[in-house]
Amino acid sequence: MTLNLDAHIPEGPLADKWTNHKFDLNLVAPNNRRKFEVIVVGTGLAGAGAAATLGELGYNVKVFTYHDSPRRAHSIAAQGGINAAKNYRNDGDSIFRLFYDTIKGGDYRSREANVYRLAEVSNNIIDQATAQGVPFAREYGGGLDNRSFGGAQVSRTFYARGQTGQQLLLGAYQALARQIHLGTVTLYNRTEMLDLVLHEGRAVGITTRDLLNGEVSSHSGHAVLMATGGYGNVYFLSTNAKACNVTATWRAHRKGAAFANPSYTQIHPTCIPPADEFQSKLTLMSESLRNDGRIWVPDAEADNRAAADIPEDERDYYLERKYPSFGNLVPRDVASRNAKTVVDEGRGIGPLNNGVYLDFGAAMERFGVDTIQERYGNLFDMYERITGENPYEVPMRIYPATHYTMGGLWVDYNLETTVPGLFALGEANFSDHGANRLGASALMQGLADGYFVAPTTLAGYLADWLGTDPVPIDDPAFTESHTETQDRINRLMSINGTHTVDHYHRELGKVIWEDCGMSRNRAGLERALVEIPQIREQFWTDVKVPGDPNGWNQSLEKALRVADFMEMAELKVRDALHREESCGGHFREEHQTAEGEAQRDDENFAYVAAWEYGGEDIQNDAVLNKEPLEFDNVSLTQRSYK
Amino acid sequence: MSNMLNLTLKVWRQDGPDTAGQFQTYKTTVADDASFLEMLDYVNEELIEADEIPISFDHDCREGICGSCGVMIDGRAHGPQKGTATCQLHMRQFSDGDTIEIEPWRAAGFPIIKDLVVNRAAFDRIIESGGYISVTTGAAEEANAIPIPKHAADAAMDAAACIGCGACVAACPNSAANLFTAAKMQQLNMLPQGQAERYTRSNDMVERMEQFFGSCTNYGECQEACPKEITIDFIAMMNRDYVKSQLVNRRRLGEKKVG
Amino acid sequence: MTQATERPGAEAPKVKGHHNPSDAKAKPWPVEFMSTAVGKKWIMAISGIALMGFVFAHMFGNLKIYLGPTDYNDYAHSLRTLLHPIFPNGFLLWLMRLGLIAMFLIHIGSAISLTRMNQTSRPVKYQSQRRYLAADFAARTMRWTGWIVFFYLIYHLADLTWGWANPDFVYGDAYGNVVASFERWYIALFYIVANLLLGIHLYHGGWSIFQSLGVNSPRYNGIRRGFAVTFAVIVTIANVSFPLAVQFGIVS
Repeated sequence: MTLNLDAHIPEGPLADKWTNHKFDLNLVAPNNRRKFEVIVVGTGLAGAGAAATLGELGYNVKVFTYHDSPRRAHSIAAQGGINAAKNYRNDGDSIFRLFYDTIKGGDYRSREANVYRLAEVSNNIIDQATAQGVPFAREYGGGLDNRSFGGAQVSRTFYARGQTGQQLLLGAYQALARQIHLGTVTLYNRTEMLDLVLHEGRAVGITTRDLLNGEVSSHSGHAVLMATGGYGNVYFLSTNAKACNVTATWRAHRKGAAFANPSYTQIHPTCIPPADEFQSKLTLMSESLRNDGRIWVPDAEADNRAAADIPEDERDYYLERKYPSFGNLVPRDVASRNAKTVVDEGRGIGPLNNGVYLDFGAAMERFGVDTIQERYGNLFDMYERITGENPYEVPMRIYPATHYTMGGLWVDYNLETTVPGLFALGEANFSDHGANRLGASALMQGLADGYFVAPTTLAGYLADWLGTDPVPIDDPAFTESHTETQDRINRLMSINGTHTVDHYHRELGKVIWEDCGMSRNRAGLERALVEIPQIREQFWTDVKVPGDPNGWNQSLEKALRVADFMEMAELKVRDALHREESCGGHFREEHQTAEGEAQRDDENFAYVAAWEYGGEDIQNDAVLNKEPLEFDNVSLTQRSYK
Repeated sequence: MSNMLNLTLKVWRQDGPDTAGQFQTYKTTVADDASFLEMLDYVNEELIEADEIPISFDHDCREGICGSCGVMIDGRAHGPQKGTATCQLHMRQFSDGDTIEIEPWRAAGFPIIKDLVVNRAAFDRIIESGGYISVTTGAAEEANAIPIPKHAADAAMDAAACIGCGACVAACPNSAANLFTAAKMQQLNMLPQGQAERYTRSNDMVERMEQFFGSCTNYGECQEACPKEITIDFIAMMNRDYVKSQLVNRRRLGEKKVG
Repeated sequence: MTQATERPGAEAPKVKGHHNPSDAKAKPWPVEFMSTAVGKKWIMAISGIALMGFVFAHMFGNLKIYLGPTDYNDYAHSLRTLLHPIFPNGFLLWLMRLGLIAMFLIHIGSAISLTRMNQTSRPVKYQSQRRYLAADFAARTMRWTGWIVFFYLIYHLADLTWGWANPDFVYGDAYGNVVASFERWYIALFYIVANLLLGIHLYHGGWSIFQSLGVNSPRYNGIRRGFAVTFAVIVTIANVSFPLAVQFGIVS
């Protein structure tokens, strides 16, 4: 262990920590804020929220996005909702209960103080979004409506139709637009961060590529905030947007930021299975479908009869059979793993035998087609648009897909990484979801970090640098990073091999999905550790990137991203191999209870695995640092859904 | 079971904003369960392996929500399926032997960047001119302090569903952006929280919009093209608010002088 | 508006000939209002309503032709002597004429200015065949039907008001002039075609005014199209009936 993993958790009782901390932090006076340049990378909920808030506070902010507009960030795709401990339903909810559910849902692999703060500011988020004009669903009385979500026994999820992420992102984007208009924030759209710049050990800027003209540039600031999302696209097929990538966080990792728990990935159970080899991404269907749909596969292997031709007594409703009390409503990880088991047994359905049925036949009989249409009509339409099958007539086919990544850059209580001056927000950090994220909590965390946490804690860091100028961009720190980045681009362009970037990305995805997906074992992980470096080697010798590096070049954009996935994937597998326990989204087949459930090892693994970059031979050079997790306010229990 | 489609594509290829472009013809065979963009992915894979430059197009979420994608397909914005963005359009909407013409959005306000990619920064400028409620982080009051009738919240949500793809501009014979601007404006103008800035917003967004786009002559093409099926009722509401703004803002200017 | 350094593909374009808001709000409000397209459409709608009112009153008055020459000529005469004892003879008629001319000028002026704006809004046309889904024939031909109706109107004045285009024109005998004009089949045909075009113009315009004025309520929106259809049909049928009536000898 070489890193200092002091999380800087404030003293005092859990409920007072954030308040006390805000008082103890150094401040930057309003008239001094304009003397600071702050760089924000990413314009999702966390990035746009932070950039807007910092602009309002009076800092000079530069915000970067590779999209044409800040509004396109992938936060926009979240459907379900956002949790908050408002207790509007008077059903016994509280900040402590939201905290407790999140810690428990994360299988006790997150930090108490961070999660409590998240629950605490959740209420402010709802207030803020409502004031911004986010059209949350309402009841007839005019008050905000709530619904319940998996993993909680209270109704605390706020939603805006099936487009909650979009509406919250537009709220943040509009707040950002206002600051751009007022001149406090400068927008760099279609500009991608390709490197982090360090000067005397602290983050002082970034190196970017202008996607329009290919120009590599340097940007200097007093601090860098990265809100660049997760790494789910390492699987190639995932529910993430096509451009989502690990480059910003991976480049920061290579420059010294510890990467925490890269093996933690959430697999969402209800996605539409791939239709063919050329499938580009997977589409998520709301989890709410499991409320009324029954999941089954045929008893027999490779039973290619149509669903309607399989008699009731030859169907296996395996979730209802194995988990009589929760049935089809078991948590995401359990539902996903069981789907994989039956498909691996050869009982998968559909043209490629790669899915399980989600059948609304019984529900339509019981409630009538109209009720089902009212509840799920838009989802059924979407399903039909994608598959060409009418779910009112034939059962839906579903299969799990990668959805969210709990791991990310290690951050302390202030969201500062192990590199001073570099902050990580939202899905890009590891902080709040432990080994598994509860539904409707991603939006909450992104906005909590962006609106409330980072703008406050950043002042504590900046206060020490009052009176200093940003490092000039002709400093060797910048020019070296610039040269390195340019070299990387030139190297990719000069390979001129035979296969496309997507080809190699798909190859990588297959290995990772097979061996480091829903369930993992030593043999598979060790195999992946052999295969990944081979694919990476082939990529770097045989990839073909056409076009001009000094201009618009979507192939080059992809190549730069995939190159980093190739390295990150290896660390992810390495982490999965070292964690000899099962917890949340990380299921090691060697560690399960007699009933086939995840078996944690709190004695030996109740820590955050923060990996330090050691060199190009990632699996051997990466250095493991451990931040022990202490639980003073909750007692650790084993989950059971029987 | 998927069927294979033999298709002839006529795709608009253009190197840059100031160069001339032309249709290029490609032949391809794809499965009918592929999405439209997967079909283009596939063509691009073939092009790259044949040492040619792949077709550029904007896309990201491929779930019909981010608004990145959008092309004219056979003369229709987002193609033949109603209420469907290009990424959600699937090839089973086409038949074996079809010729498909693919062209970028065309409008003075949306200059072409490359091939099928256009610059939609004008939309951001419209939002920046007033498409927000000025509430500083932390200054918000308790969310349930102002009850909002359910139907008003639902109507605001109808407007808010806009994904900013630009299909309304592309489909409009006048390249007008009134549907986009109206949807973004009326979402806020219909809510109690948006009242304080209602008339400055109405004025500023309309004026900014007209810097880039044509005028609405009530064709109704935009609502047919809109992947979120937003109605032109919002345009009528914007027109009313704009007229009112001309009077209200003047009165307020007078009040300012008096006060 | 802050935007990263000069980056042509990232910055919103400057569109030639388009609205350029000035910071100084010193212009009188009608001028300010008319500087935007939304304002111009509003003005077009208001003037459109006035012109529709005229078209309807004109059509309704002309129905008197079916009551015979005396009634019809009395009606024509009464227009000149409206409120005669109070105002000089013809005063009110001229007031209305001036109002109408003003309405025509702003209606047409706004249309020209909007057309120019829209022509610069898509400098490069679509290269593939556009498929329209909502824009019907009436909507797409407004500027042509508008111009044709305008030139028809000039002829109509020359024919039946000033008498230049009517060889048998007799001042004061409105009935006789109408019959004399419509007895020529090609003139009758011309009037019929022009009025059908007017009907098409009214069909889109009669609905469009609600939209431009922002008269919108989901509860009544169905009525808007109904109103436009009814109005256009009534006016067209009545107006077309006059030349037909002359041609078939019902009016002679």
